[in-house]
Amino acid sequence: MIGKSITELSKALAAREISSVELTQAYLKRINEVDESLNSFITVCEDQALAQAKAADTKLAAGEANSLCGIPMAHKDIFCTKGITTTCGSRMLSNFVSPYDATVVEKFKAAGAVTLGKTNMDEFAMGSSNETSYFGPVNNPWDITRVPGGSSGGSATAVAADLCAMATGTDTGGSIRQPASFCGVTGFKPSYGRVSRWGMIAFASSLDQAGPICKSAEDAAMMLNVMAGLDIKDSTSIDLAVPDYRATLNDSLDGLRIGIPRQHFAEGLKAEVEQAVREALSEYEKLGATLVDIDLPNNHLSVSAYYVVAPAEASANLSRYDGVRYGYRCDNPVDLEDMYKRTRSEGFGDEVKRRILVGTYALSAGYYDAYYLKAQRIRRLIKQDFLDAFKDVDVIVGPTSPHTAFLLGAKTDPVAMYLEDIYTIAVNLAGLPGVSIPAGISDDLPIGLQIVAGDFAEAKLLNVAHQFQLHTDWHTRKPNLSGPGFAAPSSKEVEG
Amino acid sequence: MALDKSEVEKIAQLARLHVSDSEADEVASRISEILALIDKMQAVDTQNVEPLSHPLDSVQRLRPDEVNETDRRDELQENSPNTEAGLYLVPKVID
Repeated sequence: MIGKSITELSKALAAREISSVELTQAYLKRINEVDESLNSFITVCEDQALAQAKAADTKLAAGEANSLCGIPMAHKDIFCTKGITTTCGSRMLSNFVSPYDATVVEKFKAAGAVTLGKTNMDEFAMGSSNETSYFGPVNNPWDITRVPGGSSGGSATAVAADLCAMATGTDTGGSIRQPASFCGVTGFKPSYGRVSRWGMIAFASSLDQAGPICKSAEDAAMMLNVMAGLDIKDSTSIDLAVPDYRATLNDSLDGLRIGIPRQHFAEGLKAEVEQAVREALSEYEKLGATLVDIDLPNNHLSVSAYYVVAPAEASANLSRYDGVRYGYRCDNPVDLEDMYKRTRSEGFGDEVKRRILVGTYALSAGYYDAYYLKAQRIRRLIKQDFLDAFKDVDVIVGPTSPHTAFLLGAKTDPVAMYLEDIYTIAVNLAGLPGVSIPAGISDDLPIGLQIVAGDFAEAKLLNVAHQFQLHTDWHTRKPNLSGPGFAAPSSKEVEG
Repeated sequence: MALDKSEVEKIAQLARLHVSDSEADEVASRISEILALIDKMQAVDTQNVEPLSHPLDSVQRLRPDEVNETDRRDELQENSPNTEAGLYLVPKVID
């Protein structure tokens, strides 16, 4: 049963072929056996998970269950979970037990899903490799010497390694899509405002968005049906009806116009990634689509604009971590200034501190216009590029990342790391929905295809992704978890 | 635009972060690299472009001024490092 899609598990649970308790126990056992080599979970909630599974089984027996009832899942450790430690991958919150559930968490609970635990992530969602976590890096299950991508590295790894049936992630500059690409799973970022950010620890408030990480577009549709919707507790949540995202999955792609941005096929794109993307595009032509060359002329500025806007917003959002009300507080502060400075300097890792400093600088007197306001103007140009493109095409397709998963420790230069998100970042600046689906494997490493649609066109996006998955099998490939890194604990003891 | 040590100290102070003397040079050079990346924006003319702060140019939703929250102070203070009678205890602020 482990490793099946939500769609398949849901049917099996409804038919009582397996119980949620059995399923949950199986996943917990697998986490126990496998996660030591991956480090994808920060917290595993065994007791709570089994209690939730029992409750789900009661509902299933009474025929009262909906499609996600009893399905074991994981939440990125950025979502507040009541009574469960919520660390955001940081020392600053390593002792923080949330007094409330994020709206996203509440929604999955109400749907009867079982929370197996909280997944590892780049600290405060700042990173593209899951190497900045206070709790250690996550290893890519396809090759444990490589990164899984970030910041939702733990969630993508857990799904890829079948440690859960589905997971939540967040995406500010590519943090769902890029790890999905590196781990060979489906990662979906909804339009800004589609999913509530209440209880989702804030990084950059005008860019952050929660979304599903799972095995297929069909699974993502089921998850999005639960996640999406207006939440009055999130003032940026959009008041727009949530369609049944499954209903249109099988719409024909005949006449679909696919835009191929010149800027996403320029230098830096690895040959094997380009090949996989071009083959995917041929597949789409067979399904009735037409390919149209388009321009996103300001794409080269997206990383620059992002690295002003995101750090600036982060510097504001992270100013709440002061050791006063919750979270880490340094030992024996001599005065308030000392408490603030040492709490923050000891509680935050280097990348977080770097971004706070950049953001503070960009917002400081004398620099605000040249940096922050300038970046906001560039942002409008970037959004306009997409709006112009969508006059001629229905979706935009290209690679998610210039290459496959790189080695742990390979990118020591922050700017090199920032350029990892060259194809994904503009989508966040524009607030558009985007998805990464598996589209190839090169040297045993997954390649992701990114599809982007217009504002609130999630249904179209899922339809386009689903049709590809009906005619190809990249999304069914799994990493081989029997390599040397996955030796059983007992043999390690013998060596020690 | 390159940053020097004294500017790093100024922004560190604003951000209430402690940057040691030995760290300051490295921090300055790292941030200068990021600023070089950001400076690419300056090449583009944006004189007649309105800033975009929200992807849909949405405005803050308002609601009627009615009390709809309950007092959850005890519950919310369970995570606090140091409290007394509902107050947060910190090192002395006023001399």
